[in-house]
Amino acid sequence: MSPTITTSSEANGNVSAATARAAASAAATVEASGPQTVTMAKALNTALADAMQADPSVLVFGEDVGLLGGVFRITDGLTKTFGEQRCFDTPLAESGIVGMAVGMAMNGMRPVVEMQFDAFAYPAFEQIVSHVAKMHNRTKGAVKLPMVIRIPYAGGIGGVEHHCDSSESYYAHTAGLKVFTPATVADAYRMLREAIDSDDPVMFMEPKKLYWSKDLVDLEELRAQHAANAAAGTSSEGRAAVARSGTDATLIAYGPSVPTALAAAAAAAEEGRSLEVIDVRSIVPFDDETVCASVRKTGRAVVIAEAHGFASVSSEIVARVQERCFHHLAAPIRRVTGFDVPYPAPKLEHYYLPGVDRILDAVDDLQWEN
Amino acid sequence: MTISADHSAPDQAQRLPAEDAVSEAVRKFGITVEDYMLPARHQIQMVDPDGRLKAESEQGTEPGHEYPLPADAELLAAYEQLVIGRRVNDQNSALVRQGRMAVYPSSHGQEACQVAAALCLSDGDWMFPTYRDAVAVMARGVDPVETMTIFRGDWHSGYDPARHKVGIQCTPLTTQLLHGVGVAHAAKLRGEDTVVLAMCGDGATSEGDFHEALNFAAVFHLPVVFFVQNNKYAISVPLAHQSVAPSLAHKAVGYGMAGERVDGNDVVALLAVLDRAVKLAREGSGPLLVEAHTYRMQAHTNADDATRYRQDSEVAEWLAKDPISRMKTYLTGRGLLDDDGAARIAEKAEAVASQLRDGLGEDVPVDPQELFRHVFSVPTPQLKEQSAMLADELAREASAEESPK
Ligand SMILES: Cc1ncc(C[n+]2csc(CCOP(=O)(O)OP(=O)(O)O)c2C)c(N)n1
Ligand SMILES: [Mg+2]
Repeated sequence: MSPTITTSSEANGNVSAATARAAASAAATVEASGPQTVTMAKALNTALADAMQADPSVLVFGEDVGLLGGVFRITDGLTKTFGEQRCFDTPLAESGIVGMAVGMAMNGMRPVVEMQFDAFAYPAFEQIVSHVAKMHNRTKGAVKLPMVIRIPYAGGIGGVEHHCDSSESYYAHTAGLKVFTPATVADAYRMLREAIDSDDPVMFMEPKKLYWSKDLVDLEELRAQHAANAAAGTSSEGRAAVARSGTDATLIAYGPSVPTALAAAAAAAEEGRSLEVIDVRSIVPFDDETVCASVRKTGRAVVIAEAHGFASVSSEIVARVQERCFHHLAAPIRRVTGFDVPYPAPKLEHYYLPGVDRILDAVDDLQWEN
Repeated sequence: MTISADHSAPDQAQRLPAEDAVSEAVRKFGITVEDYMLPARHQIQMVDPDGRLKAESEQGTEPGHEYPLPADAELLAAYEQLVIGRRVNDQNSALVRQGRMAVYPSSHGQEACQVAAALCLSDGDWMFPTYRDAVAVMARGVDPVETMTIFRGDWHSGYDPARHKVGIQCTPLTTQLLHGVGVAHAAKLRGEDTVVLAMCGDGATSEGDFHEALNFAAVFHLPVVFFVQNNKYAISVPLAHQSVAPSLAHKAVGYGMAGERVDGNDVVALLAVLDRAVKLAREGSGPLLVEAHTYRMQAHTNADDATRYRQDSEVAEWLAKDPISRMKTYLTGRGLLDDDGAARIAEKAEAVASQLRDGLGEDVPVDPQELFRHVFSVPTPQLKEQSAMLADELAREASAEESPK
């Protein structure tokens, strides 16, 4: 094995990073083509492998990501395929992981680091808030930090304390961080590739309860799409998606709450109510256009999030929609969120989590008599 | 600063300022500061894996690192706790398999460390344990079912730390070490002769808080014994990825404290080393660091698959160093333990296991209103509103179930 890694100087230069990577990604390893049943975990794993294949400056490191392949197996096989220089275990220290990633990003690398669980990213908070988020601004753009911090987040898996936090609001509140969170298998692939392509740092929030969710997707096609987008300089980065169309009210959700919102919409349909579901996907930047277009159409909205409601992403969404769609609204926007309590122990979590009934109650409250 | 509390007056004369403590140690042991702070050249081991007491010259001791054999009564008490600890570990793992517990990070194979950590402390001392230290928490006197509440999954902890002087079992690695430092600092200000035993694993020594805790304890010259159970792995990551220091105990000298390493499967040596560390800390030596060499015999937790990252042969090697069989052989050889004694201890262990089965086997009803009750001393208006909302939701659900449409 060569002792050095060829670095791409693209991140801090003017060359189109996307073009170079697109060309390289055509060479990525490919399994049988055509749609296959794929888990979100596998889609993320494939996205990492493809990005590493496409660009030698992409590095993966963190706790247990090497031989073990991560406690959720998202980095499975990467060390074997790409060697210990490109996917490796670090000493057990989150501030160290993120701080070192900052330095690597300053010197030609594209680090993709894993925080083992949401609450275990907090030792890195100082690095994230004071450096990852601010370096570009402090240096007037002279230093870019093309790095991704992957965080399995949120609950619903019966995890004990510190394994179920919804920490997205801390990061969304911090100026200078992009915050992505996929809810579908295909988006997991697409969005992780886009996050790695981004010349700005991305907090990549993975809803851990959806890791084993499955979908019929064609990874080969996703790979080709990504290459084509990259070559053309187009991408869906920063765009929300209409996960289900409807006419009567809009459910706005992201990450782990999207499947719950879809289930609520399906239940409402049986009662004759047509609900549109928006999957926010990118919390920062936020897609006002898609979200507001839906609310203007339906005139009613419920925002759903697992995180505590107070001073959160959900409050931000309500504020933005209200500011932009006030005259289209037939009722105040409602929220269904986690309570303002520390994430509960496993046996109590179902009382805490926004569920279909709680969502339907909120929908019922949208002043239908008006 | 005025500290007013109704506890016994401090005997400040006994407490030495930091500089004096070093020269005092040097004077007491007749060695240099470096020799006092650096661990002995070899780990301390008193009873070998075959259960034989080693000759004093073979125990790894050196001038200034000398350890008297603990009293027979302490050894017997330790053996009883070892047997109970093993039974508890294996009972809990079974309860996890039966779905009765959410998770259990077993200390199977590390029971000697667990037991010694509890037995070396006096009533007024504090322990700051991790998620893996349930057996130590129990050995300290916390009720077994209360100890396991965190893993049963109906609340984050089941015991009152203040009552037992045992911190809540801590998962965010090494954060609790600083709490231990704080308790020791407060005790010092209050004139209490409390010693704090602050525990963590080998992997955790890489965390920033580990460094901060050791440095604070040393700078403020606090009676804290840092106890590192080096079980060779942090989930899948072997020690070699964490540190290339000669040993974890060597880190002590960098902070200006004394370090020692000990065979973590030899409860005799563990008690000797920890008893002395606690005694020195109480006498004003400042903090100490003890590294115990042991092995995580099972996976990290039930959710982990250790075959992905280590060889069975390595595990087998450590099986031969089991802390319990070694102690049994030793005590039997000494005539301190016979079949009757062993049977009585086994019975006690069985009783604790059945207590766990009963306490964790039943489906304990949970009260959803508990969600809101303990966030603040007095619930905020917002929490009251949310609590009423949940109550209303549950009442509607209940009445819908009673009178189906
Ligand atoms: C701050 C923080 N980061 C990561 C974790 C996840 N985690 C839990 S236990 C563990 C390994 C700890 O290893 P070690 O300190 O050797 O203790 P052991 O589990 O072996 O007893 C990790 C990485 C955590 N609990 N806290
Ligand atoms: Mg360990």
